[in-house]
Amino acid sequence: MSLLGENYYTEEGEFVINIGPQHPSTHGVLHLKVWLDGETIKRVQPHLGYIHRSIEKMSESLSYRNFIYATSRMDYLSAHINNEACALTVEKGLQIEAPPRAQAIRILLAELTRLSSHLLWWGCTGLDLGAVTPFFYAFREREMILDIMEETCGARLTQNFMVPGGVMYDIHPNFQKRTKDILVQVKSKLGEYYNILTGNPIFEQRTKGVGYLSAEDAISFGCTGPIARASGVSCDVRKWFPYEGYDKLEFKEILLTDGDCYARYMLRMAEMSESISIIEQLIDNIPEGDIQTKTKQVLKLPKGEFYQRVETARGELGVFIVSDGAASPYRIKYRSPNFSNLSALETMAKGSKIGDLIAIMATMDLIVPDIDR
Amino acid sequence: MSNEALQESIVQLFPSAEFDGTGEFLTVTISAAEFYPLMNTLSKDEAFQFNYLFCLTCIDWKTHLMMVYHLLSRTHRHNLVVKVKLSDCENPSIDSITSLWKTAEFHEREVFDLFGVHFNNHPDLRRLLLDENWDGFPLRKNYVDENMIAL
Repeated sequence: MSLLGENYYTEEGEFVINIGPQHPSTHGVLHLKVWLDGETIKRVQPHLGYIHRSIEKMSESLSYRNFIYATSRMDYLSAHINNEACALTVEKGLQIEAPPRAQAIRILLAELTRLSSHLLWWGCTGLDLGAVTPFFYAFREREMILDIMEETCGARLTQNFMVPGGVMYDIHPNFQKRTKDILVQVKSKLGEYYNILTGNPIFEQRTKGVGYLSAEDAISFGCTGPIARASGVSCDVRKWFPYEGYDKLEFKEILLTDGDCYARYMLRMAEMSESISIIEQLIDNIPEGDIQTKTKQVLKLPKGEFYQRVETARGELGVFIVSDGAASPYRIKYRSPNFSNLSALETMAKGSKIGDLIAIMATMDLIVPDIDR
Repeated sequence: MSNEALQESIVQLFPSAEFDGTGEFLTVTISAAEFYPLMNTLSKDEAFQFNYLFCLTCIDWKTHLMMVYHLLSRTHRHNLVVKVKLSDCENPSIDSITSLWKTAEFHEREVFDLFGVHFNNHPDLRRLLLDENWDGFPLRKNYVDENMIAL
């Protein structure tokens, strides 16, 4: 495989072009080889590995405290939730649980992360489909969330705030007030979001009926998150396998059945409201108490296998740790949501026009570092 | 289906299967020869209906390789882990299950890439993450990279 893909005609007269690895609509270094008949897509083949860092191999030489922080660099828009998944797996192995205050803080930060991730996706989707304004609107709100992150965690994107047994520090005194401010802000602007993009006839034409994925295919491809739920597959880990006390909160798992780009769009928009409602339930009810369970200096997991899944902004992230009793994992596997979601791309795109591929990519919301790991 | 019921129904069909119920999920270990028939039954049989393969990976235990498949039934809400021991570390091979779960295609390519396990009947078995000319399989325990820097 040469790094610079060449465009050529096949013997059957199909035109083969390369989209990416440096293409504005791929949101990272994803390289797609597309077989075209005129403008119609015949085949799509993703080429991966441009930012493969082998985080799994790296983790094998890191301690159970340190490997967590490498995962911030996987799905960098859900860094909190990745860290949370790892911390939960280690806690499962040690048979400890984070104190109630830490759990509440984790949920709050996770939902803020989900909100900011969906905001970024909304802005970029508009950008990909030719509407520049949403990008600036979305980033205005997202910036406020990142400021909260910076104040409490010390970092904006790679927060590294989770430790096995709880969270690293207590929340900043301003946290509650600023979070409430952002909720008011986002809630008042969500209507504007719908006005500017959702009802737009050009946007609807480019997304309705485009990139259809059936429920059977979604399950068979292992799709999770908004992509599967837009095809009517119930898969929200927060409902199926509740963790951190999500079962005590009231929220809906949103399901749509159209399975097209528009359904995926509407679903994420509705999920933002659900995240806001979860934060609202918790923000005034953070229990008092410790933020960490007491753990030993050097953590050692007992011999065995531990699997923990969480719902990131893009679907089900699974962390599979195999321990041989030593101070670092023997083998670690990240079942990343984007990796499985990407495999359904060809099924979605086959038979569509090349312009539709951009709409499909936009509503799939792929994060390439999470695919390559 | 409960774990006990699962174990009973599988034993009736595959008497040689070994079970381990100590972990989080019920684990069944099966020989490579009986692997595909078992997976075929698990995915298609009405009583099992394991329609969602959520994790597929491999573990290098130095003396042998262990393939691990995590299955979930979205209809019956039961979990099962299927394990296959591959004793031949030089040329490990196992049947592909791409025809049963489409997600296996990418996951098997990843295992082929990083562990060097050959999947029979895979439609498109190529390296996924690394360059085609890459030497060795990085996730194997005996992999040595002279450019590697210990942190």
